[in-house]
Formats: sequence, structure tokens, C-alpha cells
Amino acid sequence: MKEIASLLHLTPPQVYETVTFYTMLNLKKVGRFHIQVCKSLMCALVGSDTLIGWIKTKLGIGPGETTPDGLFTLNAVECLAACGTAPMMQINDDYYERLTEEKVDRILADLRTTGTCSLKTGPFMWPDPVNAVRSEK
Amino acid sequence: MPKYEPILLKNMLQPGYTGSLADYERTGGYQAVRKVLGKMAPTDVTQLVMKSGLRGRGGAGFPTGVKWGFLPKDYRGPRYLCCNADESEPGTFKDRQLIERDPHQMLEGIVLACYAIGAEVAYIYIRGEFVLGATILERAIAEARTAGYIGKNILGSGTTVDVWVHRGAGAYICGEETALLESLEGKRGLPRVKPPFPATHGLYSKPTVVNNVETLANLPHIINRGAEWFASIGSPPKSTGARIFCVSGHVKRPGNYEVPMGITFRELIYEHAGGMRSDKPLKAFIPGGASAPFLTPDHLDVKMDFESVAAAGSMLGSGGVTIMEEGTSMVWAALRLMEFFYHESCGKCTPCREGTSWLVQAMRRIVNHRGRMEDLETLSDLCKNIAGRTVCAFGDAAIAPIQSTLKHWRQEYVSLIHEAEAANLLRPAPVGARH
Repeated sequence: MKEIASLLHLTPPQVYETVTFYTMLNLKKVGRFHIQVCKSLMCALVGSDTLIGWIKTKLGIGPGETTPDGLFTLNAVECLAACGTAPMMQINDDYYERLTEEKVDRILADLRTTGTCSLKTGPFMWPDPVNAVRSEK
Repeated sequence: MPKYEPILLKNMLQPGYTGSLADYERTGGYQAVRKVLGKMAPTDVTQLVMKSGLRGRGGAGFPTGVKWGFLPKDYRGPRYLCCNADESEPGTFKDRQLIERDPHQMLEGIVLACYAIGAEVAYIYIRGEFVLGATILERAIAEARTAGYIGKNILGSGTTVDVWVHRGAGAYICGEETALLESLEGKRGLPRVKPPFPATHGLYSKPTVVNNVETLANLPHIINRGAEWFASIGSPPKSTGARIFCVSGHVKRPGNYEVPMGITFRELIYEHAGGMRSDKPLKAFIPGGASAPFLTPDHLDVKMDFESVAAAGSMLGSGGVTIMEEGTSMVWAALRLMEFFYHESCGKCTPCREGTSWLVQAMRRIVNHRGRMEDLETLSDLCKNIAGRTVCAFGDAAIAPIQSTLKHWRQEYVSLIHEAEAANLLRPAPVGARH
């Protein structure tokens, strides 16, 4: 933050005050994969708390914690604008929606091995009349 | 099930539509820009939008043409257009679909709006979490720039419009127009006191118009098919056009549904969204995102336009309809939304900053069987002291869940407190705002 301050001709507190305002600017180190599960009411109605529970059991970390190998950090965050395809989570830049326990297993396994997962949802449209049947599988 | 002609979703519903410039032009895209730039006077465009009755689709529902008309006429300096793509209202996810699936529709609307208000620079403030959306937008802007729809001397008309994408970093309050301007300027997103309004003193204190993604996406259609056509759909004269409603919660088919304004909630929920997901009946629903007061099954036949929903005691807001089935605890639901508002409060105004904190503490006590009967009075008292005493509308929005659940489901609060009394649990005296 001191570097940014000197680049922009600001004082460090001016940079710090802006950084602390925004939730996406992390002041602590996060793991390689930052798992952000939406916990707002609309996701909670369809099981986001269960989703957080699954991740807790599978990775052994609670919200706000990082796995010992530094791979995953879990955070419960506010609405990510995916309420129709809940429960969902955002990992780094990608959204993973309409989650079930099997999908979560697969996502975590894929991320651990290859670092990317094909289950990430692309340009958003729901309901998707064209792919509705295919995407149920 | 009644079928309505899709307007905003028309392109993306076609199989194989990728949102690229070629696809958009093939379906008649950028015709409005050709029709307007250099051929219609900017004030005529504003008049047209006023006649169509288009109202803001972000939540406040302010008539768009009127908002554009507030800009000073003889001001010679720079003006700005800001597209509000900071969709953070819980229950709303329509802008994400519009941005990711049909970005050029929105870009064409931005060019038209800039021409009408005389702005040469437009900023799209997109929330930081929409990484894919920002990438798609930047790609679309590059395509449009190469084709000459954005940039200097668009299509030889002499108009210059430059569009830039500015990513946010995770703050719901930055969807409020003045907080958005503060955030664009690089500061903490704290809302400004209004007046002066952004129309006269906005971005960098220059005349600015802030419009929602869906509002701007309607503009090409209004230009192409006329203001009378737009005004004939929906619920004229006050709530014209179609809207994309986002249905979520305990329904069979949650998702985005584009329907004309004025249909009933019953039609939207039971016919378009497939009805309740299980055999449990509907207990409560929210008509317009987290800031809208809860409504009961008695309100299912209310028409979905701004006036009718306001008359029913709520607001149409951002169009995020959330359904809750029998068995959902209203106190728990109000607490969840209260935690959202507590987290997202910017901290500028004492009533909101402190009030949301105390409301959450009191609600947590009640939900965890540690409540007292005095807590209900504390809750009402706090709500009354927050509403209308803040710089922006966040304070009024924050108390909506608690006030409406207390009004319609007070018995649930009372039962939780009685359960606490019966179980004889340790209940510390509330440290509240009333002494």
C-alpha cells in the first residue's frame, strides 16, 4: 500500500482507507483458490448453509480460514447476483452455480489436480431454453 | 401459459447466438444508432424517451426522459454517462444476463443515451465479482470500436462517444448513484448529500446521468419501434414497457422472466416460474429485492407495476421476486437480510451504521432464544429512528425486512421469545438505544 501511495502521490492512510472499504481487496493473504459462498437470504433459502457445511467437512476449514497447504480459503460473502441458480459459489474469477454435493466434490478435486474446472458457468442465462435439457445432467 | 414477446431477451434466446457484433448486426443491431446520430436532434431523442414512459429499471423507477431533462441546457463543458452495472441487490440477476449474453444491446443504448445528453465519455461501473461480464464487455467494446460504433466521429456523424469499463471491488452501496460516482473517482463509496443532484454536479462535479443496464438496453428498441409501441405495452400510462423479473427461492423454475408490467404476481410465480417447488403453500414473498418489504399470500393478485405495489405497502424495486414456502422462519429470513444490510452499510450516517448493528444484535438474540419482550419495542424504535434520517435510501431499505415481518408475522417473534422464557434460558438485559 505504501508503494501505491508513493506512485499516486497520496498518503498511505488514504490508500488504506479505500482498501478497507471494499470487500474484494484482501488485506490478509488468501489461498490459491478463494472460495466465496453466497450467504444471502435467496441462496440460504435453497441451501447455502448446507453448502458451507459440505465444504467445511471436505476441506476442514470454516469461513475465514485457509487450509494448511495454502490451497483453499473459504469465505461466506453477500449476494453474487446468481439467486436463480442457487446454491452457488465463486472461486477466484469463476462462478459455480446450481451446486450439489457431487459437483462440489468434482470441483474441489479438479482444482486440486489441474487448477481449473469445466463446471464453471459461462455467459449466464437462466432459464436456458436451448440447453435446458442438456444442462440438467 | 401466456407467451409474451421477448424484447430484451429476444436475441439471446435464439439458439447459437453468441453476443458477438456480427450476430448482433445480423438481428438488426445498431439500426437505432444509424437512425438517430446526426439525423435527430438530441432534445428530440429525450422527448421520445419521455413520451415512451420508460422508468429506471435499477430500483428507484425514476422516469428516464425526465432525468435526462434535468441536465443544464447551456452548459458547455464535459458531461458524463455512467452505466450502473453494479448489480448487488439480493434477489436480482437480470443485468448479469444482459451483460454476458447480449453486450451490444447495452452498448447501443449507451451510445444513444450519450448522444441525447451530449456526453462524450461513458463509464460502465461493473461490480468486481462480474469478471466474466467485464471481459465480455471489453471484448464487445473493442469490436464496436473497430466497426466504428464507438469512438470519434461515429459513422461519420461527427458524434464522439468513448466507453470505458470500470470494475468495482465489492460494495453494494456503490450501486447508489452518488456512491457510484465517488467510487469512480477513486474514493470510498460514500453517498453524497443530495441536492446538488448528479444532473448538475455529478462525476468530478460535471453534469452526469446514471442509468441502469436494463434501462439503457431498452433504448434501441424504443428508437426502432417507436415510443407509442413501448407505451402500449405494460401498464400505461405510468408503468410502461416490459421488465425482466428475477424469480428465486422456493419455486420450481427460478430464473429471469421478461414480462409486461402489470401482470399479477400470481401469474408470474405460478405460470411462468412453475409454482411452488414442493406441496407446501406460499407463505411470503418479496416483490423487489432485499430492500422491498415482505408481502403475504393476500397480495398475490397485486399487479406488478410501480403504483400498485406501492399501494400494497411494498415497492417494485429491482424486480427480484423471492418466494418463501410454509416452514420458513420469517424471523430467520429477516435476520439474514439484516446481516446483509449490516455488512454493506457504508458507515457515513450514524443512524444507519449504529442502527443496523443494534438491529442485528437484537435479532440474533431473539433467534437464539435469548430475546425479551422489550426487544420488539427496541426493534420498532430503532427502525423509526433510521428511516428518513440518512443521506441515502439505504437506511429506509435496511429496515424494510424487519418492519414488514414485524407487521405481518409478529406472532413468530413473540413465540420465539415465549420459548426462551419457557426454557428459562439466561437472557441478558438488552443494551439498547432507548435510554
